[in-house]
Amino acid sequence: MIIRILTEGQFDVPDGNVEELNQLDETLEAAIRGDDEDGFRAALERLLDRVRELGSPVPVEDLVSSDLLLPYADVTLHEVRDLLSGDGLIPGRSSGATSAG
Amino acid sequence: MSSIMQRISLIFRSKANTALDKAEDPRQVLDYSYVKQQELLQKVRRGVADVSTSRKRLELQIQQLDQSAQKLQGQAQQALAAGREDLAREALTRKAGIQQQIADLQIQHAQLQGEEEKLINASQRLQAKVESFRTKKETLKASYTAAEAQTKINEAFTGISEEMGDVGMAIERAEDKTAQMQARAGAVDELIASGALNDPMGGTNDLDAELAKLGAGTAVDAELAAMKAQLEGPSAPAQIEGQTTQGDQA
Repeated sequence: MIIRILTEGQFDVPDGNVEELNQLDETLEAAIRGDDEDGFRAALERLLDRVRELGSPVPVEDLVSSDLLLPYADVTLHEVRDLLSGDGLIPGRSSGATSAG
Repeated sequence: MSSIMQRISLIFRSKANTALDKAEDPRQVLDYSYVKQQELLQKVRRGVADVSTSRKRLELQIQQLDQSAQKLQGQAQQALAAGREDLAREALTRKAGIQQQIADLQIQHAQLQGEEEKLINASQRLQAKVESFRTKKETLKASYTAAEAQTKINEAFTGISEEMGDVGMAIERAEDKTAQMQARAGAVDELIASGALNDPMGGTNDLDAELAKLGAGTAVDAELAAMKAQLEGPSAPAQIEGQTTQGDQA
């Protein structure tokens, strides 16, 4: 499974590890929902660290789209909200993120 | 799984899909995209240059402030030697302020350096991917009909689109950080120019003026004493020792 950490690059993570990452992702989501800045930062750091540890970097010349995307390491809670609501963080993005991959 | 990771990837992918849906012949998308990739590559290279310029400006400021701090240290010693503890205290207080400024600038410098590294990486990644894309694009255009090419084009296109979205984001963030830093750097430059931070490059301020007065006073006293000695003849006792404490009203 290919996971991209924004501004860092893509990682190829073995499928067997995805469950662990999902759990960390849930913690992250809970922190965002609960407006818990500290919890958010801790959860994001864990998640990014695990992706970097478990995954191997995708060769730069490979043209593959990622199955999952993660925000950059120093993202703020506020920025993630913007990212998820589709306001501005992605340059030139048109509205309406409804299509299913 | 409906989580954060998935929602962000959907947002990215929807952009690529929208572009593909609009195109009548997907092969046109390849050429158009390639032009956009070249533009983005230019932009990211400019971004690297901009961040690097800002970083160097900070380095220069840190260096200037460092010189100011050293100069103030010297002035404090000079003032203390002249028995002016008040001036020495003033010089040291300013030095502490400048050292705080230096510490702040060093933090910003580290941040900027981080952005610069990210952008350089992004630029290298994009460069490699654009090159792959170019090769793939020619193969796809030559050997498939539009319908056959569709799936393969989708793959290549969504792959590069995601990279472009990511690089675009890295550029925006670097630009934001650089803009913030330039605003602050401008403020520091103004402070240095106004002499408020005791610019060692030639600006003067009240502390400099006081110390200069102190120095001038000592010199005037010495000269007066020498003149008196001459008037009173060679046999008169010389009283030319440094009269520093009386030099204040000069």
